[in-house]
Amino acid sequence: MERSRRSFLKILGISTLGLGTLSAVDLLAKAEMGKAEYSPNPKGMTGKRWALVVDVKKLDEETTQKAIEACHLIHNVPDYGDEEEIKWIWTDKYEHVFPGQEHAYLAEEIEEKPFLLLCNHCSNPPCVRVCPTQATWQRGDGIVMMDQHRCIGCRYCMAACPFGARSFNWKDPRTTYFKDKEPPNPKYPTRTKGVVEKCNLCAERLAVGEMPACVEAVKDSKAIVFGDLEDPHSEARELLHERFAIRRRPELGTSPNVYYIV
Amino acid sequence: MLETALKGSKKYWILIGVLFGLHGIGVTAFLYQLNKGLTVTGMSRDVSWGLYIAQFTFLVGVAASAVMVVLPYYLHNVKEFGKITILGEFLAVAAVNMCLMFILVDLGKPMRMLNVILHPTPNSILFWDMVVLNGYLFLNIIIGWVVLSAERKQVEPPKWVKPLIYLSIPWAVSIHTVTAFLYAGLPGRHFWLTAIMAARFLASAFAAGPALLILLCLIVRRVSKFDPGKEAIQKVANIVIYALIISIFFVLLEIFTAFYSQIPGHMHGFVYTFVGLNGYGNLVPWTWASAVMAVVATLMLLCPPLRKNETTLAISCLLVFFSLWIEKGITLVITGFIPNPFDTITEYVPTLPEVAITVGIWATGFLILTILYKIAVSVKEEIAS
Amino acid sequence: MYNKGLVITGIVIFVVFFTSPFLIGLVKSGPPPEPELSPKAKLAKQCVEAKEYMVESHMQMLNDWRNEAIREGKRIYVATDGKEYTVSLQNTCMDCHSNKSKFCDQCHNYAEVNPYCWECHIEPKEKL
Repeated sequence: MERSRRSFLKILGISTLGLGTLSAVDLLAKAEMGKAEYSPNPKGMTGKRWALVVDVKKLDEETTQKAIEACHLIHNVPDYGDEEEIKWIWTDKYEHVFPGQEHAYLAEEIEEKPFLLLCNHCSNPPCVRVCPTQATWQRGDGIVMMDQHRCIGCRYCMAACPFGARSFNWKDPRTTYFKDKEPPNPKYPTRTKGVVEKCNLCAERLAVGEMPACVEAVKDSKAIVFGDLEDPHSEARELLHERFAIRRRPELGTSPNVYYIV
Repeated sequence: MLETALKGSKKYWILIGVLFGLHGIGVTAFLYQLNKGLTVTGMSRDVSWGLYIAQFTFLVGVAASAVMVVLPYYLHNVKEFGKITILGEFLAVAAVNMCLMFILVDLGKPMRMLNVILHPTPNSILFWDMVVLNGYLFLNIIIGWVVLSAERKQVEPPKWVKPLIYLSIPWAVSIHTVTAFLYAGLPGRHFWLTAIMAARFLASAFAAGPALLILLCLIVRRVSKFDPGKEAIQKVANIVIYALIISIFFVLLEIFTAFYSQIPGHMHGFVYTFVGLNGYGNLVPWTWASAVMAVVATLMLLCPPLRKNETTLAISCLLVFFSLWIEKGITLVITGFIPNPFDTITEYVPTLPEVAITVGIWATGFLILTILYKIAVSVKEEIAS
Repeated sequence: MYNKGLVITGIVIFVVFFTSPFLIGLVKSGPPPEPELSPKAKLAKQCVEAKEYMVESHMQMLNDWRNEAIREGKRIYVATDGKEYTVSLQNTCMDCHSNKSKFCDQCHNYAEVNPYCWECHIEPKEKL
């Protein structure tokens, strides 16, 4: 009995070694292949802290809809219109955008104004802090990215985000919303059920040197300005220097990078 | 020792059969959920955690409470607990199993579960929760099994198990602390954002878990020849009442801070659960049921004759268990999402498949518990005869 | 040995059960299908890397691609021969291999692998 156990352990050891060698061979094979390289697109936009400055005065129902539509068409965002809604960019009223800062004598103009909401791409993002798989993380340029390949759907990030910027795919968009219609953009994926999604600040567009879709859509009105806050000459930075702007829930310390000129 | 679980009375097999049936219903509902997605639950964009995570939270407490018999026995030589440490440890094993199952069914992509190990992320509390829960599970399986085997052979347990037992004591505290940290560290969720969350969790755990243990001891005595001992049960009852009072005290501290400071965000959660907010009040009856049960149980347990009488003690323990089950297994988690970040309210009601999965997991846990207890009790009976 | 009959029957059942996928495969499978190239792919003569490498390691490469593109922001693949490609399953691979059913599916079906790429990535429209 003792002996057979020992020999069993030996076999186990040898086979582990074998597996190790196999993976080493695998690595060697890859090294042989490995002249291939990856590089970023030279046309891509680079920055250190991307931010959006939203000029609320310039926003009306029509402009906001243009921005929202551009984003949702490009990213194949379904519109469920129920409690399982997916939100990348959307509007809400002042009292819901800045809860606790509303009062009974609020200027009428502000009270009914549609505020554009999206992920704040916080400098200190709690969603990134809590994610157990690094499915969401912060890039060097400040964008809080989401890797739907990696997400396990625990929804910890949704509990952590104080801005309600994250949505979960409770159902499969392909078999529900896009069942009878094609996803509008055949160049961009949809999502699968069970993963979290949110605004990615058009990382895929910045990579080829294009502005975020929402910014592009309303560029005539200049209602949304995009730029690098670490660059003192960027349009966004200059605008913030000239005009008074506020951010959502600054007291929470997440340091949002979406500014509102009211 | 496993073979002792294969021989049992007709009643034992009926119980196993019923639990297995419920387990089957749960599995069926889970397959349905896997197919359709979590849309089959009552959860939503606003209330993104529901019954599953709440059950998990409650059961971590039940698991942690095993330490309430292990600690007095091994550190303070409270001899009466010698007979029931194994019951505490096996209860912990069953409870942690339920915890892990509840997390599993809550995941949107359960097949990617191992990403947590593949891409370990120490800044995520969920990562640490995975570490401590699994660690605690193995500690209790090993300790329980080794000590029981030694007992069966009527020898001293091997020396190497002692350090593991000592390790299991702080480890028990860690599992519930880490679970509290899941909630207590989130900005913008005022109901959870409280420094005494871990302390509250531990207090309520050390009331609910031992209360369940008393009930299980009483059942074991009734259905087998093994008597956990009147003194042991009374000692556990003392622990329950202390922990219950501390737990209520902690909740009152929260209420004071919220309502004396009058900060709206801090008050909203309590207003919502106790009286309803802006016309929404699904949880109000549950909250009051929990509060009333806690108060009645406190009074009953404080009264020596009622505590010493095992029938009234059992009633008190049932009240404690269900009161705290409502608090942690329903209201605490859901209220954290109300109101949502936009200061509006979406309520949550679990759906039928969600309840079926929940019942299925509880049944699976009790199936594990039944088998483990059968083994433990058989060994105890064997030694006695 | 106790319960010889039972033990041996048990072992046999165990072995049959756990090798059943292979056994079923032996019976069911014919010769492996050849992936079919679309006209565009035929014209290109070579994929991003050598055919042997692609046959063997395309899954590994796709895994690297998604990590490099999404996580590292490196969306250009400089192949061993120095040619550059945009790192994209949906827009680069499938642009050439637009006949998914003949190029991807029949082999995957044969091997009983079920890649979940297409739960999100949109397949090219095939002319039937």
